[in-house]
Amino acid sequence: MVRDISVHQVTDHLADMCIQANHYLSKDMDCRLKQATEEEKSPLGRKILNQLQENLQIADQEMIPICQDTGMAVVFLEIGQDVHFVDGDLTEAVNEGIRRGYVDGYLRKSVVGDPIERVNTKDNTPAVIHTSIVKGDQVKITLAPKGFGSENMSRVFMLKPADGIEGVKDAILTAVKDAGPNACPPMVVGVGIGGTFEKCALMAKQALTRNLDEKPETPWVRELEEEMLYKINCLGIGPGGLGGSTTALAVNINTYPTHIAGLPVAVNICCHVNRHVTEII
Amino acid sequence: MDQYIHTPITEEVTADLRAGDYVYITGTLYVARDAAHKRMMEALDRGDELPIDIKDATIYYMGPSPAREGRPIGSAGPTTASRMDKYAPRLLDLGQKAMIGKGKRTKEVLDAVVRNHAVYFAAVGGAGALLSKCIKKSEIVCYEDLGAEAIRKIEVENFPVIVVADRYGNNLYETAVKEYAVI
Repeated sequence: MVRDISVHQVTDHLADMCIQANHYLSKDMDCRLKQATEEEKSPLGRKILNQLQENLQIADQEMIPICQDTGMAVVFLEIGQDVHFVDGDLTEAVNEGIRRGYVDGYLRKSVVGDPIERVNTKDNTPAVIHTSIVKGDQVKITLAPKGFGSENMSRVFMLKPADGIEGVKDAILTAVKDAGPNACPPMVVGVGIGGTFEKCALMAKQALTRNLDEKPETPWVRELEEEMLYKINCLGIGPGGLGGSTTALAVNINTYPTHIAGLPVAVNICCHVNRHVTEII
Repeated sequence: MDQYIHTPITEEVTADLRAGDYVYITGTLYVARDAAHKRMMEALDRGDELPIDIKDATIYYMGPSPAREGRPIGSAGPTTASRMDKYAPRLLDLGQKAMIGKGKRTKEVLDAVVRNHAVYFAAVGGAGALLSKCIKKSEIVCYEDLGAEAIRKIEVENFPVIVVADRYGNNLYETAVKEYAVI
């Protein structure tokens, strides 16, 4: 059975999601931040983590965006193969949702229409849209507004198979070390291992949207997440990069089969304002 | 050590600031980021005057979100300072005394801090809602067409920052990280 879904519904959902994502963090993020505040070893680090908690409260109560960089809108659409979109163009509907959310929601317009000419589009469009076709007749929309302080510190490493898991660990630590204070630590580190050049980058981005309490099924991936979180927090970068034991709140890793000749690794760094909202139509 | 200071941040003020000090600033700051800096450089290249009084000025690297009605400004946290590294030494040599941002700076900038008895402060990145509460007034000075990147003049009260690089060559990003690194 084909299910008709109006693209206007996509617009309405996204407009709300922009405002939601930029004013409230998800519960898992909130919990990790609270836990980090209790465990942080540096007094200045604790002071900064307390400020971040206060910042979240003010954002929530007074409807001021958590961060002024309300990001470029990354939209994941998982579209059931039995869905038929009606009432217009899906891409335009997504962008209309972003436009409405950012203009009506007093969010910053941070997108320039051309990477070299750099004229602001004034409504934060276009979004970066990733679609995938899945089973069923529903549409799962995930919005992840991405700030560029941390995006700029993200990396892709095309390792050799001989580099193995040690090479992967080095790559992750190198990216985090180089990011240091620029990426607004404590960060969330999204990692993609395998696939192709673009696939690993996309996996790293998707990893950032995974609930921090959800663990990967593959034992070595789960162990690697734990080991990397420990090692990153031994670097000493700390909250705000001003020294301390909380450099990352989580490391989320996604993997995919790859070519006999390669071992691609992407590290997508997100600041402590790791925003993502998911809704299903 | 906690310090409470007023603008203008002059040489007399920077003399007492050390990397690691927690400082509350009250007074007037200019707000400028990438595009505004580029335009200021172009103005200087043409031999024109800068649109702001640079002597003893404090520039906050920031681009706010829009203000809701009845508020002076929206979310207003620091942006990554390294993108201004190309421009900062020239402005420091012209008299700018303080920069507020976040993240590492180049040796050229740190040298200019020492040479000009200036200071580089970090504000807490990603605390835009909290920091906006310390901003009491905001007006656009020029380059309004740049939107969030226009140059603004803001009045702040007890605006919290941390001294990262002082005029004596200390850099908190290097020293503090070493202190907490577990090898």
